[in-house]
Amino acid sequence: MNNIEFTLLIALGALAAGFLGSLTGLGGGVVIVPLLALVFGVDIRYAIGASLVSVIATSSGAAAAFVKEGFSNIRIGMFLEVATTTGAIAGAFLAAITPTAFIAVLFGFVLLFSAYLSSRPKKENPDDDKPDPLAVRLKMDSTYPTPEGLKSYHVHGVPLGSALMFVAGILSGLLGIGSGAVKVLAMDQAMRLPFKVSTTTSNFMIGVTAAASAGVYLSRGYIAPGLTMPVMLGVLAGSMTGARLLVRAKTRVLRLVFSAVIVVLAFEMIYNGLTGNL
Amino acid sequence: MSRPGEAKTTWSDTQTETLMGNLLRAGVTLAAAIVLLGGLLYLIEHGGEQPDYRVFNSQPANLRSVTGILGEAFSLSGLGLIQLGLLALVATPVARVLFSIVAFARERDWTYVGITLIVLAVLAYSLIGGQL
Repeated sequence: MNNIEFTLLIALGALAAGFLGSLTGLGGGVVIVPLLALVFGVDIRYAIGASLVSVIATSSGAAAAFVKEGFSNIRIGMFLEVATTTGAIAGAFLAAITPTAFIAVLFGFVLLFSAYLSSRPKKENPDDDKPDPLAVRLKMDSTYPTPEGLKSYHVHGVPLGSALMFVAGILSGLLGIGSGAVKVLAMDQAMRLPFKVSTTTSNFMIGVTAAASAGVYLSRGYIAPGLTMPVMLGVLAGSMTGARLLVRAKTRVLRLVFSAVIVVLAFEMIYNGLTGNL
Repeated sequence: MSRPGEAKTTWSDTQTETLMGNLLRAGVTLAAAIVLLGGLLYLIEHGGEQPDYRVFNSQPANLRSVTGILGEAFSLSGLGLIQLGLLALVATPVARVLFSIVAFARERDWTYVGITLIVLAVLAYSLIGGQL
């Protein structure tokens, strides 16, 4: 297999991952590392570097669409980014000293956790008019558009949310993923934001978090241009197409299939990590 | 919908946000175009060679630092151009943070100007090489 064939195959795989990831809302980034490492035999550090770059591309590319909907809360996002970006740099440094077998096993568990979180039914948090005093001081309470007009919401659990965001940052820097699942968990469960606000604010934060580890990855040589090129272009094209189809497609069956793929990849990562193949 | 007193702030917020969203999309499009150009050059020069990513051995110094990448890109090396495009991509969320500083300053919200400056400092630390 020469470089042209290799590039085309990777681009096709990345295109499919980005397309399914955005159509199902599970994110294409999570399957890029297993795809490269397990199917193409790429060293996990190069795979993580390429995946992280594609995460930035999808986050920034989707931002324009999310912004129009008016859901994301820039104040919450920016405040929590202090935690995610410092976590991301810590994670990127950890990546250099962590054995690749451990990274593979951890990756498998994070995949399982993401699949589990996305399979849970989404119910809105009940209204509660006792916000966190810290959230009030930081002017985080806001409104979001609903069919009945603007609805206001309160923000809770800022310290716990920030701690979870630091963990999300570490995972992002260590594994080259967006950690969208953990970010939504922090905002949806710990801070009890409306679901739409959590997901769109999470998307806004993913790009900034990933940019924080990208610098460290670049200077350590994790970002191999010849490999990252088809991954980034493929994921970007796939996720843009998926986002456009999103409104029309029936995604329930697709979600199930893609979740099953993620679970299989998770067990493969754990198995290959434990047997020392990665 | 919103109360009359809020209308103006909401409007300017939305306008700022829309501008920011378009800025990000333009950045991503530009980055993708540079990466594609670099990729084509790279495949024309090295398309017939064997890919080798099985064993990690970092990257040449010229592809690991901003100054090195600029030098490679200006000499029209395919790999250098790809890295330049990737740098442009990494710059898009950074631009978003910069933009937020301006937006918060215009609202005279100095707490959030401070918070955003901290985020910017962390990003700058990473991008200048992240030496501990």
